[in-house]
Amino acid sequence: MPTLHFIATTMISDLNLTILFASVIAGAAPVVIAAIGETITEKAGIINLSLDGTILLSAMTAFAVAYETDSLLLGFGAAGIVGACVAGIVALFSIYLGQSQVAVGFVLTLMCRDLAYFLGNPYSRLQGPQASPLPLPFLKEIPFLGTVFCNHNLPVYLSLALIFISWQYIYRTSYGLKLRSVGENPEASFVRGINPRKIQLTYALCGGFLVGISGAVFSLAIKPGWGRPQGAEGVGWIALALVIFGGWHPIRAAAGAYFFSFLQVIGIHAQTWLPNAPAQVFQVAPFPLMIFTLVLMHLAQKEAVLNWTEEKAWLRTLIRMFSGTAPQSLGKTEISN
Amino acid sequence: MLMNWGGRLPVNVTDSSKINQMQLSKSLLSGFKLLLNGLLTLTVVFCFTTLILLIAGAPPLAAYYHIFKGSLGSWITFGHVVKTWIPLTLCSTGLIYTFRIGLWNIGVEGQIMMGAVFSTAMLRWGADWNQPFGVIGLAYGAGISGGAMWAIIAGFLKTKGGVNEIFAGLGLNFVAQGLILWLIFGPWRRPGVASMSGTEPFPYELWLSNWPGLRIAPAGLALAIGAIFLTALILKYTRIGLNLKAIGNNAQAARLFGLNPKHHMLLAMLFAGGLAGLAGNIQVTGIYHRLLPAISSNYGYLALMVVMLANYNIWAAPLVAFFFACLNVGSIQLPMALRLDSSLSGVIQGSLVLATLAVQAWRVKRNK
Amino acid sequence: MLNTNEDETMRIELQDIHKYYGPVRANNGVSLTIASGEIHGILGENGAGKSTLMKILSGFIHATKGTILIDACPVKFENPAQASLMGIGMLYQDPLDFPFLTVLDNFMLGLTDGLSVQADQFRNQLNELSASFGFQVNPDIPVQRLTIGERQQLEILRLLGLGIEVLVLDEPTTGISAVQKQLLFQALKKLAADGKSVILVSHKLEDVEALCDRVTVLRYGAVTGAMESPFDTGMLLKMMFGAPPSQPLRKAAQSGSSVLEMKQVYASGGRSGLKDCSITFRQGEMIGLAGLEGSGQGVFLRVASGMQKPALGEISLRGARIKGGAFPAFRQAGAAFLPASRLEEGLIPGLTLTEHYALQNKSSKFLIPWAQAYQQAQKCINLFRIKGQPQTFVQTLSGGNQQRLLLSFLPDKPKLLLLENPTRGLDLESAHWVWQRLCNYADRKVCIVFASSELDEILMVANRVLVFFDGSIIKDVKADETDADELGRAIAGKCD
Repeated sequence: MPTLHFIATTMISDLNLTILFASVIAGAAPVVIAAIGETITEKAGIINLSLDGTILLSAMTAFAVAYETDSLLLGFGAAGIVGACVAGIVALFSIYLGQSQVAVGFVLTLMCRDLAYFLGNPYSRLQGPQASPLPLPFLKEIPFLGTVFCNHNLPVYLSLALIFISWQYIYRTSYGLKLRSVGENPEASFVRGINPRKIQLTYALCGGFLVGISGAVFSLAIKPGWGRPQGAEGVGWIALALVIFGGWHPIRAAAGAYFFSFLQVIGIHAQTWLPNAPAQVFQVAPFPLMIFTLVLMHLAQKEAVLNWTEEKAWLRTLIRMFSGTAPQSLGKTEISN
Repeated sequence: MLMNWGGRLPVNVTDSSKINQMQLSKSLLSGFKLLLNGLLTLTVVFCFTTLILLIAGAPPLAAYYHIFKGSLGSWITFGHVVKTWIPLTLCSTGLIYTFRIGLWNIGVEGQIMMGAVFSTAMLRWGADWNQPFGVIGLAYGAGISGGAMWAIIAGFLKTKGGVNEIFAGLGLNFVAQGLILWLIFGPWRRPGVASMSGTEPFPYELWLSNWPGLRIAPAGLALAIGAIFLTALILKYTRIGLNLKAIGNNAQAARLFGLNPKHHMLLAMLFAGGLAGLAGNIQVTGIYHRLLPAISSNYGYLALMVVMLANYNIWAAPLVAFFFACLNVGSIQLPMALRLDSSLSGVIQGSLVLATLAVQAWRVKRNK
Repeated sequence: MLNTNEDETMRIELQDIHKYYGPVRANNGVSLTIASGEIHGILGENGAGKSTLMKILSGFIHATKGTILIDACPVKFENPAQASLMGIGMLYQDPLDFPFLTVLDNFMLGLTDGLSVQADQFRNQLNELSASFGFQVNPDIPVQRLTIGERQQLEILRLLGLGIEVLVLDEPTTGISAVQKQLLFQALKKLAADGKSVILVSHKLEDVEALCDRVTVLRYGAVTGAMESPFDTGMLLKMMFGAPPSQPLRKAAQSGSSVLEMKQVYASGGRSGLKDCSITFRQGEMIGLAGLEGSGQGVFLRVASGMQKPALGEISLRGARIKGGAFPAFRQAGAAFLPASRLEEGLIPGLTLTEHYALQNKSSKFLIPWAQAYQQAQKCINLFRIKGQPQTFVQTLSGGNQQRLLLSFLPDKPKLLLLENPTRGLDLESAHWVWQRLCNYADRKVCIVFASSELDEILMVANRVLVFFDGSIIKDVKADETDADELGRAIAGKCD
């Protein structure tokens, strides 16, 4: 059963804007990390559909490892490696065996989830280590911004830094240029002395590593502990949709993550304001919204719609916000040589 | 937004002499190779599962024994297997239509749920009509139309709204789940206290009649078998079957042959959703006799794997579904007997599909 | 620059190159030598093995047998990057670039390394290089917005940026305007004058004659002859084709009733869409559509056949108004369409010949008449001389046989045939057969409309020519009142 209450721990009773935004930033952290990880993978032309299962499996791994070793760092590392391995399987099946990325990713989604429940059984409902708050000295004193951005734990800072780093990396370095080129046209990259297979595998692993980290953020920071259900169910799918929503751009994907996190927090407040409204409505709200934005994005590509918005500047800006082009070779499998 | 999620293998242009060679090669040899593939796949899966069990600190052989005993060990457990097989097979047959036209109908899970919701609504509405057979009959119709409606929404989102069917279907799954929870805790809650155990059970007259002892509803069994044969006939001998295949392989060219890809996509979704809705109906009328949060039992997602493992073949799908049903039912014993989580069945099923894909692809690559 | 021996000359020798694809011998013992500073033409008809040979030279594919010598030293290229490191760069027939990346990104890819892309440095280099050849490229727009000719220019600049000494161009004059062709030829002459070698692969005699110092002719994967400038056209033709091909004759236009009428039709698609198209086609006309690739011919054919819905305008078939985009109605009225890309748009890979005929056969509404379809398949295989069986999968047929199969789907008594590049990629015999077949239709007063990128072909068979430029029809003439020069200017947008 999908419960999306990953904000529940930071729940607050009265509406205070500063705390509201701080909890949006904190609650979105794992989704931001996962969405950016998947953006990187998809930029190289590989769709890793297994996010929902990967996040659970890595969350379980992170908790189990941190519990056994009493080391958060090892927990995060193990989760990252698990995420990279799962993404690596998708990439290997696609690059070297010519199998559909969607099919393999889907099977892995289910399998990783079941594997997480199966292996995590002994760790259910145990008290384990968790990331402690780490307010940044001095910076946290800045009114409003200090509390919103600088009064969190390490994973949240990581998510904020990642947005900037990934953006710079993808669009400002020669490595990023190579990454984008492979996603656009692997054959042309090959002619330019780039090994598309190597690049695809590398970035599938990198993206998967981040997805794994995002799982660890759940079980070690946002919603500490392990259980069935863990509470991260369904988040992987949201992250996948955010990649499209973000038009394959890390900053826009992150913005989408904050938007959905905001909806979640508002939803929790709305429950206190409107006790008669069923909780389920707020839990599933992101999904129809996701579909709605995808329809908008489709419309943004249509010429008739573009002509219609010709004279309405604000509408055109809005439409442009929802446009984006997928990497041209996304999802294509190849067996050559 | 341009998304190419075709996922089909690029068509390999094989020269004609190779085809002749392949035709000449004795069927015995290819049969032997197939057997070898199967054995290799099973060995890989067996090793992997054993490894997982060892990691979990469980005795592997005992686990396998309990799964076997829990599924085929007695007539009662066999009855449970058939009860699982019926909805799984109905969903799998439906998915064959959508896979044939190249759609990933991941929304099948929600389609089961909506079939169950509509059936429940019909049964609650007709509970005091004193016409049990009529109401059950109408509930079939309601279930089928519920699933079909949910599928058609996904279909329209795909054909009109340009939303990839995976995301449309998935979003609708969550919406359907939310709807069921809302019904159970809201308008349809049990008198007294609402709980995850579902709605108030229907009156006994509205239960599908069962074979005594086995607790299998003959009506459900007949419907599932009927669906298999009907689907096989439709695919082989009717225009619909050929059209779906043509569009699935090349929608652009199919238009030149006068076919309308969008209409056919909706048609395939209609079939898949209708069959999934029927599965949802049987879950409600034949098994649980009420609406539960977990009414779909993940059979939709499982059916997608069944069809993949069956290589999209209508005759292989029921066999795979039976095997998967055995795993599902057998692993229910694990928590009691060995204090393991029952999700082991999912691990075995997933690794089986992956290993099959890998072994197949590896063989093809070697033969090149 | 990467190349160390910039001032030295470079001599390339290909020795006994073989390349087999299964039983197909694309190259069968080709040997040739290219001296530095020369423009060397590789001439041959479609399928003669020119592209294969050049892809081997540039490291894109590996030869089955044979050696490549650079300055008498044998080399082996694992990939194109190694070849360009040795100084050999190739401009592929379909541009291998990144439409969604900017011009500068395209230029830098493969040159830049390290954490920072050093965009400014490369921007300067690009501007300098393009200025020296008189090319005009804006570094900051996506390549998608360039014409084919500009994409070629960018690719040439990129290869020069890599420091190549030998430039291979595969059919560079297909799909570019006359102005761009002139600019290209000037640039190539400048390169040769600087001591670099240029290899020009083409099937067009005029290009080779205008530019090359020396020509090697390929046929069926082997060298049939070589010649130095000035060339003897008759001899070259003989080397290319064996005996000169017999040509179907252009038929005089018969005047008949109107078959297709368009009034102010607009449609999107392609590079330019279709703008304000008003036209009438009559029975017995054979109309050739000329123009650069993507100038609106493809959209026109799709709108005229009902495959695509126009944004605006009226269409009438045989005098009756018809709703745009209603393909079944167009079919009913006798319009038939044959797309250019056979396996992508025309045929269905994974289906057998019989299954195709079953789709074609509409005699029963619900059940498939399998026996009938099988018989039909056998009948058409004989009639159209298709090399295949009823149970053969269409993707295993050769290009020529796929085109024969597509032609066999045409209705018996069509009123209007719309064909997009009907002979593209066919060997001469198949192309000839296709035209014979189509001329039979013309004899029965069927109106035939075809697009072609070859002016020669249009002038050979059409009795009326329409020239498309940027989505509009800018010329509409009788074939015997015009010539290749006038049409060529119109294709480039110059109309007098």
